[in-house]
Amino acid sequence: MASKQILSPLPGTFYRRPAPDQPPFKSEGDTVEVGDVVGLVEVMKSFHEVKADAAGTLGAFLIDDEDAVMAGQAIADLEG
Amino acid sequence: MAIEVEAPGLATTVQDLGRPGYYHLGIPLSGAMDRLALRAANRLVGNDDGAAALEVVFLGPELVFRADAMVAVTGAELPPRVDGVVQPTWTSFAVKAGQTLAFDYLKAGARAYVAVAGGIDVPVVLGSRSTYALGALGGHEGRALRAGDVLPVGRGRPAAAGREIPAALRRGPGGSPVSLRVLPGLYWHRLTEAAGRQFLADTWKVAPEADRIGYRFRGGRPLEFMPHEQPFGAGSDPSNIVDACYPYGSIQVPGGTEPIVLHRDAVSGGGYMMVGTVISADMDLIGQLQPHTPVRFVAVDMAGALAARHDRQAILDKMQSHLA
Repeated sequence: MASKQILSPLPGTFYRRPAPDQPPFKSEGDTVEVGDVVGLVEVMKSFHEVKADAAGTLGAFLIDDEDAVMAGQAIADLEG
Repeated sequence: MAIEVEAPGLATTVQDLGRPGYYHLGIPLSGAMDRLALRAANRLVGNDDGAAALEVVFLGPELVFRADAMVAVTGAELPPRVDGVVQPTWTSFAVKAGQTLAFDYLKAGARAYVAVAGGIDVPVVLGSRSTYALGALGGHEGRALRAGDVLPVGRGRPAAAGREIPAALRRGPGGSPVSLRVLPGLYWHRLTEAAGRQFLADTWKVAPEADRIGYRFRGGRPLEFMPHEQPFGAGSDPSNIVDACYPYGSIQVPGGTEPIVLHRDAVSGGGYMMVGTVISADMDLIGQLQPHTPVRFVAVDMAGALAARHDRQAILDKMQSHLA
């Protein structure tokens, strides 16, 4: 059971990697601390970090890399 | 009276009805991208239509009020909270000295207008308080707000709390795809007949880089151009022309692939042919489009464009009689 979710603060395009040739910020099962970056949202020619506002273990990602995302939409489950 | 910016939001700017008269010098109109929503917010709090307000895009700021104020939030559905208590949009509400105005996640639309009785009293530059960030002109220090900024508010005769714009007069982009009405323009003949048809038939999606300067769309098929010998001074691509003036609302299609509709912070000229111009009545709707929103361009003639302008004015007139 996911106890929490990480939400996107902005609408735009979601990216799991800092750059196409780099590994994802976080993967399922990773430990997440408050303020850890889990992805980027691109909008208006700039990239904005999506940060965890609670600590825990990262559950399933709920949207795919490079998908459209809406403000307030859940990006990933956060366990515990 | 002043407002302290605790958190700025994404790109919150001071905007009024704009800075006409300098476009021929390369200084764009600027001002609110959704002018109807700005006017509504100002009227709700008792301001003149042209008072300066905050244009909030996608992500709300956190604002601490140093004195009692009357506030209204219109445009995008970005629910305001005063010290945590949700307030209705399109409705005037009171904020007391020391209270914080913050916002929930964006629910619909793209740009909310936060009007405060008395207006945001930044200096008037070339006849307007609007921010033109690209030119570092107007607004608060010529830029989007930052944490720690203090915004002066003018003296107003605040209207009462609870004044409301009825739902039927809250104009926003409806339907999916959203229809944007276009008057085909000077260079329409440069497209093949098939390309003209497909430009109007295809569904385009707002690209994430769309901003106050221009709204870019992608997802339609590339446009084909009529065979044409490029004149002296024009670039070699068939979408190039000898440099010309760009009307506000004009649609350029660089390389024939991704249409860009110039908006309030438009560049005033350049070397791309324009297939047409979005009618003035529908420019407000563009300001409320989120990234990835599907859109269709619908051709109208001049009579249709003027009728739409009349309809939009009728909404403003109804608003006025409702609030009187």
